Amino acid sequence: MAVTKRKAGAPAIVSRRARSRDRIRFMGYRRANGRVGVRNHVIILPLDDLSNAACEAVANNIKGTLALPHAYGRLQFGEDLALHFRTLIGTGTNPNVAAVIVIGIEPGWTGRVVEGIAKSGKPVAGFAIEGHGDLKVIEMASRRAQQFLMDATELQREECWMDELWVSTKCGESDTTSGLASCPTVGNLIDKIDPMGATTCFGETTELTGAEVECAKRALDKDVAAKFMAVFNAYQDVVNRHKTNDLSESQPTKGNIAGGLSTIEEKAFGNFQKIGHRTKYVDVLAPAEEPRKGSGLYFMDTSSAAAECVTLQAAAGFVVHLFPTGQGNVIGNPIEPVIKLTANPKTARLMPEHIDLDVSGILRREMNLDQAGDALIDIMVRTCNGRLTCAEALGHREFVMTKLYQSA
Amino acid sequence: MPTTHFIVHDKADNVGVVVVEDVKPGQKLTGWVMEGDGTIVVKALDAVPLGHKIALRDLKKGDTVFKYGHDIGKVVDPAGKGRHVHVHNIKTKRW
Repeated sequence: MAVTKRKAGAPAIVSRRARSRDRIRFMGYRRANGRVGVRNHVIILPLDDLSNAACEAVANNIKGTLALPHAYGRLQFGEDLALHFRTLIGTGTNPNVAAVIVIGIEPGWTGRVVEGIAKSGKPVAGFAIEGHGDLKVIEMASRRAQQFLMDATELQREECWMDELWVSTKCGESDTTSGLASCPTVGNLIDKIDPMGATTCFGETTELTGAEVECAKRALDKDVAAKFMAVFNAYQDVVNRHKTNDLSESQPTKGNIAGGLSTIEEKAFGNFQKIGHRTKYVDVLAPAEEPRKGSGLYFMDTSSAAAECVTLQAAAGFVVHLFPTGQGNVIGNPIEPVIKLTANPKTARLMPEHIDLDVSGILRREMNLDQAGDALIDIMVRTCNGRLTCAEALGHREFVMTKLYQSA
Repeated sequence: MPTTHFIVHDKADNVGVVVVEDVKPGQKLTGWVMEGDGTIVVKALDAVPLGHKIALRDLKKGDTVFKYGHDIGKVVDPAGKGRHVHVHNIKTKRW
């Protein structure tokens, strides 16, 4: 499973597929739509806030299923409603999910989510509460969930390859050590797995402020660069419309400032280290939009708040997440395992239960970036094979829908 | 290898990041400049916490702060070489 170096004298030009078969594999779940997952969740997904209680009751009845309560789904409209549906359908479609129960207050929108998820070919069933009440719905949904769960536990992991793996990244509670070492470690990994055909994703639109020109240069071509700048400028308009100060303590956060980051520009250049030096992004995605241009790196227009961003990336189909932290952000996601790495020696020492990989050795010059990148590939592959992350073991399941504006 | 007390991303940078705990005023600090793998020495004039920045030259009001070889903000209060550089003396040029 570990990374092996290319043998001396081996041909430099090999197909992506051949090279990936040569190098990195993992044990994943192949789904009906051809995608590969690294977890096998049966989720109980509420359409709306009103259905959280029924979903949690079903998950309590059927041990091993997972309810994903959230705050929204009522009276949304326009692009905000489209994003709500895209996020729910994408979450159910994610290959880390084996089967889905959807519960909503009424059958219309519940059915829309069920139909969207059914396109992936996985088992999905919907239940509406109006006219039945919570208790009858909980009973019906629990019986279906039990069947889904028992069927899902028979699915077996198979050998899969790096060109089948979708990896997202986003950092949080960053400090200056993030830009020095933990973000560049992710960048080293991205530069290594991109030529193997991996599909990868970064986001955090406002957190590129100051580094946006450098970021635009990393687009595959001028059309993709223009698409990035349009999205970047639109988000700047949101900030300028609502701001009451220079955003200090929000972006950068209070924690970022405690960790030594002084300005958004400084934070942005640290964040930007996550995409390495060579890899170009091939497209710009709307929030929760699934990549459609084949393998490669994608930029997604997202908030820089950890749970919002990771929820959108998981809804787009990413199955494993790399999360550098400086001061110790503790985020997890219910369906996408979140691997945390830090280069801050104090955080590694004081919060070890949250840190999957300590790369603080880079700051002491005991470890170089190449070694750190290989160590991150190793823990990522082990996580894909089934090893729980710190966030999973601690029960971090932050599922946070992005809301674009007020409901009607 | 002697202890690296601070790290500088780029030769053009006028700040470095302290990467050890308990730096004291008057302490002579060894810095690693990653670009070109160089070494510089600066005497700390403040107790700069782990992760915080130290001025590598005298920064005057209105100067641009360079890190990663790029503009990361402006100096709003002078900071002599060896001083702690943070939100009390530099600010964003955005927003």
